[in-house]
Amino acid sequence: MLDFPRWKTISISIILLLGVLFSIPSFLPEKTFNSLPSFMQAKVNLGLDLAGGSHLLLEADIDDLRTTQLTSMEKTVRAAMNGERGPDDDIAIGELSTDGGRISFLVRNQAQLDDARDRLFSQTQGAALTGQRDWNIDIVDTTRIVMTPTSAGQTQAVADAMDSARDIIDKRVNALGTREPTIIRQGNDRVVVQVPGLQDPAALKELIGKTARLEFRMVDPNADPAEAAAGRVPVGSEIVPYAEGEGSGATFEVLRRQVMISGEQLINARQSYDPQSNEPVVSISFDSGGSSTFAKVTAQNVGKRFAMVLDGKVLSAPSINEPILGGSAQISGSFTVASANALAISLRSGALPVKMAVVEERTVTPELGADSIRKGAIAGIIATVAVLVFMIIVYGRFGIYANIALMFNIALIIAIMAAFNATLTLPGIAGFVLTIGAAVDANVLINERIREELKRGRRVFQAIDVGYSEASRAIFDANITNVIAAGLMFWFGSGPIKGFAVVLTIGIITSVFTAVTVTRMFAAGWLRNSRPTSLNI
Amino acid sequence: MRLLKLVPDDTNIQFLKWRKLAMVISILMIVASIALVAARGLNLGVDFVGGQSVRVEFPQAMPPIDEIRSKVATIGLGEATIQQFGSDKAVSIRTALPEGDKAAADRAGAQLLAGIKTAFPTATTGSVETVSGKVSEELLQTGALSLLLAMVAISIYIWIRFEWQFGAGALFALFHDVALTFGFFALTQMQFDLNIVAALLTIIGYSLNDTIVVFDRIRENLKKYRKMEIIPLLDLSLNETLARTVMTSFTMLIALGVLLWVGPDVIFGFTAAMLLGIFIGTYSSIYMSAPILVWLKVGPDSFVPRTTAGMAGGERVERKDDGAVV
Repeated sequence: MLDFPRWKTISISIILLLGVLFSIPSFLPEKTFNSLPSFMQAKVNLGLDLAGGSHLLLEADIDDLRTTQLTSMEKTVRAAMNGERGPDDDIAIGELSTDGGRISFLVRNQAQLDDARDRLFSQTQGAALTGQRDWNIDIVDTTRIVMTPTSAGQTQAVADAMDSARDIIDKRVNALGTREPTIIRQGNDRVVVQVPGLQDPAALKELIGKTARLEFRMVDPNADPAEAAAGRVPVGSEIVPYAEGEGSGATFEVLRRQVMISGEQLINARQSYDPQSNEPVVSISFDSGGSSTFAKVTAQNVGKRFAMVLDGKVLSAPSINEPILGGSAQISGSFTVASANALAISLRSGALPVKMAVVEERTVTPELGADSIRKGAIAGIIATVAVLVFMIIVYGRFGIYANIALMFNIALIIAIMAAFNATLTLPGIAGFVLTIGAAVDANVLINERIREELKRGRRVFQAIDVGYSEASRAIFDANITNVIAAGLMFWFGSGPIKGFAVVLTIGIITSVFTAVTVTRMFAAGWLRNSRPTSLNI
Repeated sequence: MRLLKLVPDDTNIQFLKWRKLAMVISILMIVASIALVAARGLNLGVDFVGGQSVRVEFPQAMPPIDEIRSKVATIGLGEATIQQFGSDKAVSIRTALPEGDKAAADRAGAQLLAGIKTAFPTATTGSVETVSGKVSEELLQTGALSLLLAMVAISIYIWIRFEWQFGAGALFALFHDVALTFGFFALTQMQFDLNIVAALLTIIGYSLNDTIVVFDRIRENLKKYRKMEIIPLLDLSLNETLARTVMTSFTMLIALGVLLWVGPDVIFGFTAAMLLGIFIGTYSSIYMSAPILVWLKVGPDSFVPRTTAGMAGGERVERKDDGAVV
């Protein structure tokens, strides 16, 4: 046990030196840190509860996604039935319904049934690598085509939507200009957004909570307001409510179902001011396809009204005074500069493929975080010093060995956390303090065992030898159970608890190394050099 | 230099003499804890019941809790739970979230913050936590699951490393520790949140740490003193490890005591739970895990079956003793 070949001493010393070296950057101020060589630029991250910032958990509205999916398939069906080679090529259909999550329609001419199905086959594809199609196409009663989304197709659709939702949220959050936001998918239908150092989460929520599905649609001029109030509208139109605070008295508009132009055809959006009223507005410009459609429609409908619809709510419904030819427009509503800016960012980054709702929010102000760090550091230092003094009083020389090992242990934990870019959270600081206790425990076990063996009349060398080997077994078993507990915390825990588990796990591993191996090296060196005949422990 | 000894040499305390009394007390404590949790309930934080919680900090000593409560009641978000932290300058104000759509929940958040701002103009809000009903249900489930899994996984590990009796003893001791900690939270009505689950998992780990050190010594002595009666043997093992148990508990108490005293008040409950856990965990390793071994009839044969390997085991022990003397 106490035989330490030179290579072992050297490799242990190298590990300890590296530990100290790589723990240093985490204590340096930002400016000094940045001037370090790049391989040294790894430091412990501070969790949101220490650095301050916002943690948001967003959940997708899967029902909304299904509806969108169905609507877009309906469009695809209608487009596919309009043949490419002019009116002769059209397939007449009717009684299209989307009830029960399925698309069902009648093919008027039975002879075209197979042709219709073939056209739909080319519009529906396999769902990823499952080998299944994303829609099943069945013929019912020899006249109807029924399309049902497959479960593989739906799973794939959710996964695709979540990937693109993550990217869009990423764009939006980055547009805020905050430092190092984290945006990751979690589980099937969730996205975690963490933005450190943010003071006002309201703006963030405003920004990422908006689906930003923008549509320009014509107001139905034939709709009778009284009839519409009773819920009856002309065929091809629907009632769309005004957004909160808009419409100056009116609560809804009757709009044509057909979308004249949509947010996908935007190339730019930015906050600006209305030249007449000086109110904040969002200026948008369309791509070439959008511009020509917009020009054509506005030219045909001078004197009528169109509506700007955002996320299913009407923002405003201005009259078309003259054809709008430049391919740009202004979205007006009761905006503040901040909300207009948020909308512009949302429009630029594209519409979310699915509605997202905030289901969990945790925000800590940077001041509270700084206060926690300060108090945690003070507590850590006092606790460490108290334990160090106590160990010397109780174990003398071996207490000093344990103390040196403890200091190395702290350096190693920080170095490893920095290397893995791990996050230190507030419970993590508690984990740190606890690790100090646990590291000391290993030395307590060893030293008590040495005391016992000395009492039994063993000579110094043997007492130390047996003390280490007998205590190691209990230390190992005891620490495995701690690793099990920490592992479960990491697996199940969220944010701060994960941070605690990380510190605990790293601490357990390093403390076994420092408290057992490193102190044994010191003890072996002492035995070799001074060949003691008695030991005060 | 004379070194300090917390525990005198060669103690011979007959711990096991009190095992029946200790067991009765422990079982009563467990029952009382369960009854407390059932009667008073736990003061569950937003992590587990959903809702919103705002930490409000006052520049000077804060107004009386009742005044805060009545002012918050006028905001119109139903009854609020006011919880004081370790300091006298900060409270957490908790309200439920309105049922239904997310817009209503968002508005409630803004409403609470604005309401607090008008009621206490000098106060600042340090942190905001909002957890929806669905997420809080999931957190509650995973929290409970992780506690159960930790207890079972660790007991299985001990069963594998030792014997089934030891696993059962450890499981019972763990159940005792967890139940009493729950009882403590029901009694004090301190907020029970995700952090406390982490503290409980740590207590489980720590208590086990202690139990294992004792078990390890029992196993060693069972092999060494094959003729000794089980009760004196357990007493001997407990006495031999007593110095270590006291030393470790004492250093942990120093570290956690400092953390409780000057540490961040945000983790006051977390630290308090762990401090309590150190006491309970130390007690349970001595008075819960060891006596159970008597009742489950652990003996020298538990590790070295008498019939086949008995002689080999005896030889091994002897050789070890020789080796030590040379």
